[in-house]
Amino acid sequence: MIVHTPHPNLPPPSTSVGIIGWIRKNLFSSPLNSVLTLCALYIIFKYVPPMIRWTLLDANWAGSTRDACTNDGACWVFIKVRFHQFMFGFYPASEYWRVILAFGLIGALIAYLLIERTPKKSWVAAFTIFVYPIIAFFLFYGGLGLPVVETYKWGGLMLTLILATIGMFFALPFGIILALGRRSSMPIPKALSVVFIELWRGVPLITVLFMSSVMLPLFMPEELRIDKLARALIGISLFQSAYMAEVIRGGLQALPKGQMEAADALGLSYRQAMSLIILPQALKTVIPGIVNTFIELFKDTTLVLIIGLMDLLSIVQSAFADPKWLGFSVEGYVFAGLLYWIFCFSMSQYSQRLERKLHTGHKR
Amino acid sequence: MNESTAKRTLTNEDLAIEVKGMHKWYGEFHVLKDINLTIKRGERIIICGPSGCGKSTLIRCLNRLEVHQKGEIWVDGIELNDDLKHIEKIRKDIGMVFQQFNLFPHLTVLENCCLAPIWVLKQPRRQAEAAAMRYLERVKIPDQADKYPGQLSGGQQQRVAIARSLCMNPNIMLFDEPTSALDPEMIKEVLDVMVDLANEGMTMLCVTHEMGFAKTVADRVIFMDSGEIIEENDPESFFSNPQSDRTKLFLSQIL
Ligand SMILES: Nc1ncnc2c1ncn2[C@@H]1O[C@H](COP(=O)(O)OP(=O)(O)O)[C@@H](O)[C@H]1O
Ligand SMILES: [Mg+2]
Repeated sequence: MIVHTPHPNLPPPSTSVGIIGWIRKNLFSSPLNSVLTLCALYIIFKYVPPMIRWTLLDANWAGSTRDACTNDGACWVFIKVRFHQFMFGFYPASEYWRVILAFGLIGALIAYLLIERTPKKSWVAAFTIFVYPIIAFFLFYGGLGLPVVETYKWGGLMLTLILATIGMFFALPFGIILALGRRSSMPIPKALSVVFIELWRGVPLITVLFMSSVMLPLFMPEELRIDKLARALIGISLFQSAYMAEVIRGGLQALPKGQMEAADALGLSYRQAMSLIILPQALKTVIPGIVNTFIELFKDTTLVLIIGLMDLLSIVQSAFADPKWLGFSVEGYVFAGLLYWIFCFSMSQYSQRLERKLHTGHKR
Repeated sequence: MNESTAKRTLTNEDLAIEVKGMHKWYGEFHVLKDINLTIKRGERIIICGPSGCGKSTLIRCLNRLEVHQKGEIWVDGIELNDDLKHIEKIRKDIGMVFQQFNLFPHLTVLENCCLAPIWVLKQPRRQAEAAAMRYLERVKIPDQADKYPGQLSGGQQQRVAIARSLCMNPNIMLFDEPTSALDPEMIKEVLDVMVDLANEGMTMLCVTHEMGFAKTVADRVIFMDSGEIIEENDPESFFSNPQSDRTKLFLSQIL
C-alpha cells in the first residue's frame, strides 16, 4: 500500500533566484547569449563614459559669452544664451506669459482628462475641444485688448507644439471619418474617401508644404490669401489624416463581423453601433498605430523649415550661423534632439499605459 | 400607408412570422429557394439540415442581417423591406443568439445587457440595470455581472448573450446553433435556459442539432437541404417516421 505524505513547500534553489540566478538565466543562458552579453558590455564601457564626460562632467555651464567655453566638453552656455529664442522664436518677450498661460492651461486640461476617476470628465472634454481653441487663439495671436503678434514671429518649441497639437486635433477625427467612408457601402462617400486617402498618401509631406506655401498663392486671388502658418497647418492635418485613416481602417477590419451583426440584431442604429461598439474596439486595437502616427507627425513638423517657418529645429539651426557662436552645432542638435525625444517618448509611454488599462482579458 | 397595408394583410392576429415564396441569392448562388413558412405566436420551431444548406441564411433573413431578393417576409404584421422604419421595429421585436455569442468584449456583462435598452428603447439607466439583473438571475449568472465576457466560460457567455437579447423584451427569439461552439459539459446549462424560455411561451426559432432538445420543446421540426425546406413535421413523427430519403439519410448520420 502506498500512503501519500504531503510535501512541504521548499524555497527554490539559490541558483534560480536572486541576482545570480537572474544574471545566469537572462545574460548567460547559452554560448550565443554570453557572447552577446560580453559584446554589449564592451560597447557600453567604451562609449558611454566619454559621452557622459562630454555632456556633463567636462561641460561648461556658467557664463554668458563664448569666452566661457574653456573646457573640453559641451558648452551649454550657447543653449542658455539662446534659450528664450529656442522656446518662443521672435515672440516679444513682454508677451511670453500668454504662451506660457496657453500651454499651461492645455497641459492642465489634458492632465485632468488623463488622470483616472476625475469628476465631470465629459464637461472638461467639451471645454477642451470647443472653448479652449478660442481662448488659445486670442492668447497666441492677440485681440480682445491683447496686442496682436503676427504668426511670422512665432517660433521655436512653441511653434513645434502648436503645429503638432493642431495636427493631432484634426487628424484623429478626420481619419475616423475617412476610414468609415472607405468601408462604407455607399459608393459616393467610399469613392471620395479612397481618392482623398490615396492622393495624400502618394505625395511626400515636403511637396504638400511647398505647394501650400508657394503654388497655392499663385492661384488664389490676392484678397483670399490665408496666413502661411494656417496653410501649413491645413496641409499637415490633411496629410496626416490620410495616414490616420489607414491605421484606423486596419483596426476596423480586424474586428469580427459578428460585432456589427450583434449590434444590428439588437436594433442599434449605424451611428450607435459605430460609436458604442465598433470604434471603441477598433481604436483600442490600433492605439500603437495611432500613437506612432502622432509621433511621426510630431517629428514631421520639422519639415516646415522649407517654407520658412521657424520651428524648434530650424531656429536652432539658424543660431549656428551667428558669427559669435560658430562651431556649436553639436550642442544645438543634442538639445533639440533631447526635446523631441522627451515629447515622443512620453507619448509612447502613455500609449503603453493606456493599452494595459483598456485590456479586458478577452484576448486569450 | 405602409401601416394600413400591414393591417390588411395581417390575416391572423396569432401569426408571428410569415414567409411567402422567399428566394435569396449570394451573387449567382441560389442559396434559398421558394421558402414558405408560417409560425404562430408561442410556437417553438427547430430547423435542422446538413451544414451549408442555408439554415443560418434563412433565420438571418428574418431580422434583415441578410437581404432576400424575392418573395415576402412578415414579422408581427410588418413587412420586411427596404423601409428602415420597418427594419427598426422588427429588430426591436426579434432577439437573436449567435453560434459565436458575439458579446461586446469591451463592455462588462451588465453593460452588454443594458446597452440596447438604454440606447434603443431609451430606458433610464437604473431601470435597464434592474431589468438586466433580473434576466441575469434567470440565466443563473447574476454574480458575474461586473466581469468582462473574456473572463467567462463559453457556456456562461452564451447565457449572457441570451440574457442580453431578453433585455429587449422580444416577442420572438432566433437561435443559430447556440450550442455548437460549446464544450460538451456546457451544452446542458445553455439548453436548460432555453427549455425554461420555451416553457414560458416564447416564440422560438432554433437552428440546432440537439435532437434531445428538439424532442422536449419543439412543436415542429423543419428539415432543410440545398436551400429548400424538404420536410416539416411534429417531432414525434419527424424522428420516428421521416418521409423523404434525404431526411432519413440525415437522421441516420446525426443520431
Ligand atoms: N456571405 C456569403 N457569400 C457567399 N456565400 C455565402 C455567404 N454566406 C453563406 N454562403 C453560402 O451559402 C450557403 C448556406 O450557408 P449557411 O446559411 O451559413 O448554411 P448553414 O447555416 O445551413 O450551415 C453555404 O454554401 C455558404 O457557403
Ligand atoms: Mg450556420
